[in-house]
Amino acid sequence: MLLYILRRVLYMLPVALAVSVVCFLLVHIAPGDPLVSVLPPDASQQLQDQMRKEYGFDRPLPVQFAIWIGKAVQGDLGKSIATGRTVTSEVTKAVGNTFILAVVATCIGFILGSFFGFVAGYFRDSWIDKAATTIAIAGVSVPHYWLGMVLVIVFSVWLGVLPAVGAGPGGSADWAWDWAHIQHLILPATTMAVIPMGIVTRTVRALVGDILSQEFVDALRAKGLTHGGVFLHVVKNAAPTSLAVMGVQLGYLLGGSILIETVFSWPGTGFLLNAAIFQRDLPLLQGTILVLALFFVGLNLVVDVVQTALDPRIKRT
Amino acid sequence: MSAADAAIASATQVVSRGYWATVGRRLLRDPVTVTCVAILLLILLAAIFAPYLGLADPYRGSMIRRLRPIGTAGYPFGTDELGRDMLARLIYGGRLSLFVGILPVINAFVIGSIFGIVAGYVGGRINMAIMRTVDVFFAFPSVLLAIAISGALGAGILNSLVSLTIVFIPPITRVAESVTTSVRNLDFVDAARASGAGNFTIIRVHILGNVLGPIFVYATSLISVSMILASGLSFLGLGTKPPEPEWGLMLNTLRTAIYINPWVAALPGAMIFVVSICFNLMSDGLRSAMDVRR
Repeated sequence: MLLYILRRVLYMLPVALAVSVVCFLLVHIAPGDPLVSVLPPDASQQLQDQMRKEYGFDRPLPVQFAIWIGKAVQGDLGKSIATGRTVTSEVTKAVGNTFILAVVATCIGFILGSFFGFVAGYFRDSWIDKAATTIAIAGVSVPHYWLGMVLVIVFSVWLGVLPAVGAGPGGSADWAWDWAHIQHLILPATTMAVIPMGIVTRTVRALVGDILSQEFVDALRAKGLTHGGVFLHVVKNAAPTSLAVMGVQLGYLLGGSILIETVFSWPGTGFLLNAAIFQRDLPLLQGTILVLALFFVGLNLVVDVVQTALDPRIKRT
Repeated sequence: MSAADAAIASATQVVSRGYWATVGRRLLRDPVTVTCVAILLLILLAAIFAPYLGLADPYRGSMIRRLRPIGTAGYPFGTDELGRDMLARLIYGGRLSLFVGILPVINAFVIGSIFGIVAGYVGGRINMAIMRTVDVFFAFPSVLLAIAISGALGAGILNSLVSLTIVFIPPITRVAESVTTSVRNLDFVDAARASGAGNFTIIRVHILGNVLGPIFVYATSLISVSMILASGLSFLGLGTKPPEPEWGLMLNTLRTAIYINPWVAALPGAMIFVVSICFNLMSDGLRSAMDVRR
């Protein structure tokens, strides 16, 4: 097992390196001078050259990449052009907030999705199955930024029971697990949970249907096992794949939170990306995307390892 | 001719119906798919022929009739934050929204199929090079990749088309590669080669006919995601610019109006939802209709 993990980590390294190259190149596909947002329009040639040197934009690309990646490995992602603060400190603060939102949303989505999926898979082609499948298709088809708006309309504007924006009272960005903060989490987390719910429902439904049609289930029933006993066997067989799907979904939510964070003004990485894009703050954009993408690569690795550990049928190659 | 002979004759007639005719017949028998296709056609045709429908000017606003509720006389869907007719804007909005949502998938279908079929058919080093490059793009969550490219390139329709095309090429390439690899190893391809067919002929006659169907079905399942992402980019301000009617952008500019006239503000999103769910259901219907094993 240890050898397997080691080999997986080794396989991951080239992917991680290639991901960094893509993130690095992003700044260079950007039209115009990356310094245009900090320099005054009437800046002298001398000042321009000086700034260019300071940010290292005067060197050849491969050298720039080597310097950038060398610093990134040590946790230095440069300075935000707009605020002057280090990118690392900005991203760390934001990642924490996005993480809370994404983890809670994944849990809600997984619990609801497994429930609907099991019910639908068990009672195939019944009205329960049709209802659960409809919910699942609606879940994967809904533009979640719109769903967020609708929830705000119902729960904040109409009923006035939950706050519409922000992550805490008075727009504070520091999280705490008390009711004043949690009530800010309910709407964005529910909105975000809809996508993993739909996907987990579809996956679990297919898995349960597949498992129930296998011969060992008949054998269990013939042995005299009750419904509950058979159910436990089905859960055990469906768990590794479902958990893997959940892990990947967590990664998608972490990276794709920008739309929901914009709707709810949630102070996470999506909000940071939004600011970086519209202020043309390229180091911040580059750094945030690199952190999120590497996190996704790492998460995929963890998912693979956990799935292999849970399911002895998967070959460790 | 005996009754048995007649039965056999009619049986062969039934069997002789072609694959695509069978698929078409199955699709027509599926009420969900037929309904979805009808709704999509209605929205698409309304968008295309919008100038001939006698609608109000979608660009002309009026300060005195801003944010009228749904059901106002003369404005069945109300008016937006600048007093423009919502019905006209929703129908005209379909033009850009459907264009920006569907075109990236068509582009990616063409480009991804070429990459995937070449990788799958040639194999070896070329396969390695193409598929490892694809793996790198799989290391990004799709929303993040779309926003990263769009954000770096800057706002605009062309840029969001480019970024969404790049997002959808890797998954289509992966599907095309795996389908092609499995078809390439079948006996009839060996038979064609043994009878002297060149690579180009084999791909054109034997591979394409067998792989395009599955790739196409997969591509249709991506349109729903593409619609949501394309409108999402506009919603963030990375796509179309005002005053152009586009569902995602309309949702963004109406966002501040949810305290005054919530249901008008929610309408553009409902359009995205309807189109996206119809494409998803249509894709599911197409998939099961083309599955000959059932």
